[in-house]
Parts: sequence; structure tokens; C-alpha cells
Amino acid sequence: MNDMSRVEKTVDSKAIKIAANNVQVYYGDTHAIKDVNVEIEDKTVTAFIGPSGCGKSTFLRCLNRMNDTIDTCRVTGDILLDGEDIYDKRVDPVQLRAKVGMVFQKPNPFPKSIYDNVAYGPRIHGLAKNKAELHEIVEKSLRRGAIWDEVKDRLDAPGTGLSGGQQQRLCIARAVATEPEVLLMDEPCSALDPIATAQVEELIDELRSRYSVVIVTHSMQQAARVSQKTAFFHLGNLVEFGETGQIFTNPEDPRTESYITGRIG
Amino acid sequence: MTDLTQAPAPAAKPKSGSLFEKDMRTKRRNAAESRFKMYGIAAIGIGLVMLTVLVTNIVTAGLGAFQQTYLELDVTLLESKLDKKGERNLDDIKKVSTFGYAPLVSAALESEVERLDIQTDLKPKKMAGILSKDALSKLRDYVISNPDEIGETVSFRFLLNSRVDGYVKGRVTRESIANDKSITAEQLDFVDQLMAAGVLYKAFNPDFIFGSDASDQRPEAAGIGVSMLGSLFMMLVVLALALPIGVAASIYLEEFAPQNRLTDIIEVNISNLAAVPSIVFGILGLAVFINYMHLPTSAPLVGGLVLTLMTLPTIIISTRASLKAVPPSIRDAALGVGASKMQAVFHHVLPLAAPGILTGTIIGLAQALGETAPLLLIGMVGFIASNPPDGIVAGFLSPNSAMPAQIYEWSKRADPAFYERAWGGIIILLVFLVTMNTIAVILRRRFERRW
Repeated sequence: MNDMSRVEKTVDSKAIKIAANNVQVYYGDTHAIKDVNVEIEDKTVTAFIGPSGCGKSTFLRCLNRMNDTIDTCRVTGDILLDGEDIYDKRVDPVQLRAKVGMVFQKPNPFPKSIYDNVAYGPRIHGLAKNKAELHEIVEKSLRRGAIWDEVKDRLDAPGTGLSGGQQQRLCIARAVATEPEVLLMDEPCSALDPIATAQVEELIDELRSRYSVVIVTHSMQQAARVSQKTAFFHLGNLVEFGETGQIFTNPEDPRTESYITGRIG
Repeated sequence: MTDLTQAPAPAAKPKSGSLFEKDMRTKRRNAAESRFKMYGIAAIGIGLVMLTVLVTNIVTAGLGAFQQTYLELDVTLLESKLDKKGERNLDDIKKVSTFGYAPLVSAALESEVERLDIQTDLKPKKMAGILSKDALSKLRDYVISNPDEIGETVSFRFLLNSRVDGYVKGRVTRESIANDKSITAEQLDFVDQLMAAGVLYKAFNPDFIFGSDASDQRPEAAGIGVSMLGSLFMMLVVLALALPIGVAASIYLEEFAPQNRLTDIIEVNISNLAAVPSIVFGILGLAVFINYMHLPTSAPLVGGLVLTLMTLPTIIISTRASLKAVPPSIRDAALGVGASKMQAVFHHVLPLAAPGILTGTIIGLAQALGETAPLLLIGMVGFIASNPPDGIVAGFLSPNSAMPAQIYEWSKRADPAFYERAWGGIIILLVFLVTMNTIAVILRRRFERRW
């Protein structure tokens, strides 16, 4: 217990990056997310776990307003990014998404060259003044995506020609190329084999030094390995949120305990 | 085994029997499957046979139109007949009508007969009767454009009239001309003699492809070239209007429009429009473009506008289908890196959908190219496209025909020589359609991407 409290203190000292207050999400008449309050810290990996259909992906997609593309989806409550409500009328979701990058479940590189995949974001946001700067950004991003060494000789090759794990790291590189402040990952390893998963997890741990990372995962082992904070969702409710160590060793809620021990889910 | 068919076995009883023996149920299933395969093969077979019959029919009936019978003749352009004053004044030369040229041709034929030592009782005027009426006007055109050659002897290749042409091609026989006043058996004998001498022969006729239509009297001179230009100008109008409007409408409906009752109604009606008979578009074009907007009748511009209306639903439907086929993960990826919706569509979705859009457009164009009914109502059918349009603007605005309209026009004329030309026109039209569809297939194969 003493160890735990010490860890909590160090975590508490970190800045709150995203704060969600009383968030409700409806798909038409379905109440998908019920009254979620959560605080996501900077330079921390936060994992969302829970059984299928519990709303963790929905909540994740609220954080960069990807749910806007779904006509029937309605979000109420406040989600504050650095104290600013991202659902405010003045907020342009396009600008928000440049700050809050996203990596999807299925690797989805553009059917273009590896170089163009990474360069696309910086290009549309005007992050590079000239070609040399763009090259620099692409190389830096591919290095951060831990894929530079594998693709540096074939940057003109199509991104879709890479293996699944490489594609996913390319997508991570593409996401970090726009210099986001938060990186959302929706089950980034579910389509990958264990070796590729290990590489991506290692990468997530490195990304923590620069970004606030939020990861949705079905694998509790993965949540335990990569995250510092864990949120457990069940039937649209945020059941428990806390230190990863505590959630997995000493959960407060009986539902959390049932889930992590394999009795539900 | 037999138990099964006679009395159903108790449900609980496990099925026994060798795997090497097929039970009744399996046999029945296999029989049904092979029967179904047979139906399929039979259907394909019937289709292929019909296609073969159709193509053979078209080719055998239409190939004749690409060949024409010609007579080579050296004509002396007598100054005394063509330019009495001898001043080479173009106005004076133009005063001589085509009838004035007839004696020249008769004389030329007479001397040719003497040169070749052909024995015939025909008078020179009758001899000249085997030539097309087109021959004199060709001669006159030549003299008017080359007045300096008056007084010299020039070699010409004259078209023969459609009866002689039919005789050489085997369509006309001595029996079939028994009641025909325009040709006699003696003239056919004369034709045989000329053919034996080698000055009368069948040859490829480029004027059928590039030339203009001719009046009822001169089927041998009729060509599809001018109506081909009419079709070309119509297709330009269709491409310039239907592609941008169709693609813009589909992109908006597919990517931006909210899903509500209004867009549902629009969607259903676009599908319905694709099934509206084309003659309805024709009458709409007549009412709107000609009666209300007072655009010129028979003009390819109006034809193009009508065909645009007809092609739009096809293009919209195929464009929407190819936009739908682009996986949503590509849109997510683009939005995820902070692209706006329009950037996502134009940078990522549209390039991926482009081959499908192009294919749909080409097929829509091919459909429009072969359409006749709407042209009927705006006056493009029945127009004799006897002169090529002079210039681009005239190409759009001056009256013209179109390929299918020209074919229809020929097929309803009395002279059987036009019948052959109608089939020949169909061959040319089919060549265009097959080429366009092949391009569509190649584009799809070439640029279709897998992800």
C-alpha cells in the first residue's frame, strides 16, 4: 500500500491533458456512454479496457470528434483539452484532429508511397517550409515510428506493400508526423502477430516521453504492460479508473475484478 | 440405404453406411447441382450462338458498303465546252452546270471503248448511264478548283451507279432488272466488257467512312463521315456536361449530404431516371431546349444536351458505386491526420474511385452514342447530312445527323443500295462501341487498386 501511494503522488503531479465531465453519447436512441468522468494525464499511457460493446472505442473517438462523421451520434457533457471544450461551437474538428492524432484498429495506410503516407499530414498542415524540412519531418517521424531502418531504402514503395506490423508502425509514424499532443490508439495491435505487437508496445512506451497516449485494448496483459493508468468500461459506464497496478492487483469494484479474472467479458 | 427412402429412420438412430457409397440425399443434391450447371452452360451457349449469328449477319450484310465499283476514265477537259471565253474567269466557269459536263464524259467513254476495242451497240449517252450521277458533279468540282487544267486530259476514278455496283457485288441480276428503267441488260453486258478490260473494278471506298450523306438518287455516294462528326460533337457536349455534373452530384450525395428524407427521395429518383425511356428525354429536349429556349433544331448541341440528361443517372449511379467501394478506413485515416472532409475526398477517395468513375462515364457515353430515339424528336433523324460543318461553332450549332440516326435514315430509304449502307453504318457504330467498352475495361484493369 505504501508503494502504491507513492506512485500515485508522482502521477498526480503530472498535468491533466484531457478532462471529461459527465460525457453522454447517444447513437440514435441507444445510450452508448453513460456519464463518464475521466482525467487523462500528459506524458502517460492510459488504457481503456472492457468487454466488447462497452463503449471504450466510442469514448475514444469522442476525444478527437471522429464520431462527428456518424450522423446519428450525439455527444453531451464537456471534454476539455488543455481546459478548452472541444465540443464548443468555435472548435473546428479538423484543427482538433491535428492536435489529437489517431491510430486505428486495422492498419490503414494510404495506397500511396511510404514517403507520401507520412508527408501527407505535414503537407496539409503546412508544417514544412520546403522539401528539405519535409524530408526531415518524414525521417524523424519514421524513426519515432520505429520503422525507419526497415523502409529507409524504399520510401517510394507503396505503403500497402508492407507487412501488417510495419503498416501499423507506418500509421503511427503518420500520426506523429503532424506533431500531435495526444495520440489515440484504437486496438492498434488486434490485427498483428505477437512479434509485431511487441514492437508496437515498445514503441508506445517510447512515445510516452512526448505525448499523452490513450490506448483501447482487448488484451488485459497489454494494458498491464504498456499503461500507467487504466480505465475499465462496462455497459457504457466507466466502472473504475486508476493506477494500472492497482486495477490489476487490487480492484475496488467487483465488476472489475470479475473482468480481469475472466469471469465476465 | 433403402430404408431412408421408404420410411424415415428414427431421429436418434446414428447414420451408418460406407463413405464410398453415396446415399440418396447426396445423389439427389449432386444431380440438382449438375442440372443447374447444365442450365448455365446451355444459357451461355444460346447467348454465344445468337451473338455469332448477329455478328456474322452484320458483317456479311454490311461489308459490301466499304467497297464500291469504280471506272477509270481519262477525260479531256475541252476549253470549248467549259470556258468559251478562254479567260479562266472562275465566274464564267461556274456558269457551266453539271449537264454541261455530260458530253465530256460521254466522249471520254467513247474513246475509251475505242481504245480497248470493245464491241457494243450502246450509244455513248447510254454508256454514260452506268456512271453515278455523282460523277458529273465530282468532275465539275475538280474543274472549279483546278481551272488551270482546262484543255488538258486528266485521269479520273468515277463511281458507278448503284445498280451497276449491285451487279458487280451480286445483289442485282439480269432477272431482277427486268422492270427496272434505270438500267438495261445491254448496259450490264457493257459493264462485263469493261470489267474484263480491267478499267472497271471494285475497290475500298474511303468516302463511305469519311464522306457525307447523299440524296435518294445517289446511294453509291453516301457516306457516314458527316454524321460521325455530328456524333462527335454531341459526345463532346455530353462529356463536358455529364461528367462534371454527375461526379459533383455523386460526391456530394455520397460524402457530404446528410441522410434524410430529401436525400432518400433524390436517391430513389436518380435510380428511376435511369430507367426512363429515352424518347421521354427526347420530348423533354424538344419542349425545353427547342420550343422554350429556341436553340437550333437538329443541332448537335441540343442532341448533346438531351443525351446529357439521359446519361447523367448512369454516371451518377456508377460514380456513387465506386465511391462506396472505397473502404471507410481510408476516409478515417485522412480525417485522423487532420484532413478536412474535402481534402479526404479529393486527395484520397476520388483517386481511388477514379477508374470506376471513368468506366461508368465511358459506358454512359457509349450508351449515348448509340441512342436514336431522343434524336428523332429534336430533328436529327431525317436530316440529310450532305455537307460537313464548317468550323467548330458550326459543328455544335448547324444542323447535323448522328451515326445511329443516319443508319435509321438509310434503312428506311427505298433503294436497296441504302440497305447495304445501313449495315455498313452499323459495323462502324459497333466498332466505336466495342472500342469504348474495351477502353473502359482496360482502364478498370489497369488502375483498379487492391487494399
